[in-house]
Amino acid sequence: MKKLNLSGALISTVTFMLLAGWLLGIRMEPSSSGLKLALADEQHLKWLFIGMAAVFLSQLLHPIIFGNRKAKASSKKFSFKLPSPEQNPKAYRLVVSFALAAAIVWPFMVSRGSVDLATLTLIYVMLGLGLNVVVGLAGLLDLGYVGFYAVGAYTYALLSADGFGFWMCLPIAGAMAALFGFLLGFPVLRLRGDYLAIVTLGFGEIIRLLLNNLTHLTGGPNGISSIPKPTLFGLEFNRRLKGEGFDTFHNFFGISYNSQYKVIFLYLMALLLVVLTVIVINRLLRMPIGRAWEALREDEIACRSLGLNPTVVKLTAFTIGAGFAGFAGSFFAARQGFISPESFTFIESAIILAIVVLGGMGSQVGVILAAIIMTVLPEMAREFNEYRMLMFGLMMVFMMVWRPQGLLPMSRPHIELKEEAKA
Amino acid sequence: MNPLLEVNGLTMRFGGLLAVNNVALSLNEKEVVSVIGPNGAGKTTVFNCLTGFYKPTAGQILYRGEALQGLAGHQIARKGIVRTFQHVRLFKDMSVIENLLVAQHRHLNTNFLAGLLKTPAFKKSESDALAFAEYWLDKVDLKEFANRKAGNLAYGQQRRLEIARCMVTRPEILMLDEPAAGLNPKETDDLDKLIIDLRDNESVSVLLIEHDMKLVMGISDRIYVVNQGCPLANGKPEDIRNNPEVIKAYLGEF
Ligand SMILES: Nc1ncnc2c1ncn2[C@@H]1O[C@H](COP(=O)(O)OP(=O)(O)OP(=O)(O)O)[C@@H](O)[C@H]1O
Ligand SMILES: [Mg+2]
Repeated sequence: MKKLNLSGALISTVTFMLLAGWLLGIRMEPSSSGLKLALADEQHLKWLFIGMAAVFLSQLLHPIIFGNRKAKASSKKFSFKLPSPEQNPKAYRLVVSFALAAAIVWPFMVSRGSVDLATLTLIYVMLGLGLNVVVGLAGLLDLGYVGFYAVGAYTYALLSADGFGFWMCLPIAGAMAALFGFLLGFPVLRLRGDYLAIVTLGFGEIIRLLLNNLTHLTGGPNGISSIPKPTLFGLEFNRRLKGEGFDTFHNFFGISYNSQYKVIFLYLMALLLVVLTVIVINRLLRMPIGRAWEALREDEIACRSLGLNPTVVKLTAFTIGAGFAGFAGSFFAARQGFISPESFTFIESAIILAIVVLGGMGSQVGVILAAIIMTVLPEMAREFNEYRMLMFGLMMVFMMVWRPQGLLPMSRPHIELKEEAKA
Repeated sequence: MNPLLEVNGLTMRFGGLLAVNNVALSLNEKEVVSVIGPNGAGKTTVFNCLTGFYKPTAGQILYRGEALQGLAGHQIARKGIVRTFQHVRLFKDMSVIENLLVAQHRHLNTNFLAGLLKTPAFKKSESDALAFAEYWLDKVDLKEFANRKAGNLAYGQQRRLEIARCMVTRPEILMLDEPAAGLNPKETDDLDKLIIDLRDNESVSVLLIEHDMKLVMGISDRIYVVNQGCPLANGKPEDIRNNPEVIKAYLGEF
């Protein structure tokens, strides 16, 4: 028989009352002598008591509910595993081809809104995968990732105004963000853990403030609008020829104009970028540099004792991670057609970080899954939009309790030894 | 013959504590030299100074006539001086074989494009590294665990893996900090054989900190005794065994 957690429950309830009481229990009322504090109305007090009861009961019953769960979890290990490329190449290829085929065919069968949402999801996938390199693999807590995303977006927006095309700008935007990552990485990577997190948070904000205040260059809070959309080998997806393209898509192929084409094209492009990102990061993981990142996350002192220069290893992770954010940013600018500093607030960094943590640090499939959850769920639960951040917080808390390792924790690449292979 | 490693007047001060006081030692090629002394004598601190983890307050460290003091840890490691730690420091979440691949980092083809495109040169360097790692796994008897997470190995296996991880960096000097701590007698015996094999067949010189006197007396060519940071005695095992001061400070009466 599990013991009830009575004292813990009482403490939690009192804490809750103190914290929530300020917000819900007390009201300010105008009176003759200025403002006056008064007890809140019945409705709010009711909610407060319901909340207290919920906290009390959940804390009281916590050992009973979770105690068993933990025992079960440890006795039976999580067994679902995706086939890894080394252990079962055929199954792996099959799964990947099916997933890819489905992702390509899918937009032709659903509504325009769904495709649009999917494109947004893919941008987050890209961001998640990039941040995963920094946080999940190299173990550097970067809270200013959105800064590099912004650098990529503004690079494209500004260059396109000078007449450069999207495909030309994409690598430049990536390189530019990587350069920023490199320059910012230099001074901050000596710091560890929490300190690094705080400084990167600051850098993210600095970049946003710069964008806000360099009005002559970035348009300040008004942002930059009418950023041209990407073209397909010079074919535009507009009704009439607007930009640099030599013809419009529908005219060239002799079909009637349909705004759906543009949405699908953008989706497919995002998909292409995501697939490239996945391939590159997958290669990186199996390269010396990828292994060095993980080793650094595991034990920096051991790394040094083996001749790895921690600063260089960290800097590559930071730079490459920033580069991916730059790609995502330039695509975001192209898709949106309009960007302003509003799109690059800290909350974006937090969401991307949540995607990485939710997915399982270091795991690519996990990150993709988490990105889908994090973008699609809020859309499906539109009515609860005001509670979005609340649900977000709840989800994180529950994840930490149930699966602190993330949805799909990373599995190690299996490395075949020569003689084993022969046998 | 010039010694491989020569240390003079090594001093390390932590605030008011003189952890290492004027220690001198030398290590010749293909030699096993032990550093012994009571707990807190400053043995690990000497190691930390030699490998660049601490910056010694004073003293000179010459490796093949080249001064090492002031170099960063990874630079010293690259010159061929690597160490194990008193508390095992493996990359716990990585597999055994990955631990050995990471250690070969600087011998690998780290060219970014070569890796992305899997050029023949890249594949060759990876498969060489794998073969070398396999050779060492075989030597420390861990081959069947190649794809096991390092953190899941038994303690004795983790210690052996740590030595193997040092060896794949192709060092000239291997520094072992209490490698026998926590091992059972059979494992200690194996360790004894392994160290002798390293010296005789892999031509590394070994600097050893150890409290297991049977092991130390058996394999050391020379022994240095430190007590409260100061050098107390040095010489051949039999001299040390019979040195009254060492007996008083550390060994005790047998
Ligand atoms: N970073 C440090 N800061 C302050 N004091 C330290 C530091 N490192 C070691 N010391 C002190 O230096 C002294 C020597 O410690 P050291 O670890 O070198 O001993 P040791 O000979 O390795 O002992 P053991 O046999 O227990 O491993 C101890 O008193 C220790 O507290
Ligand atoms: Mg010690």
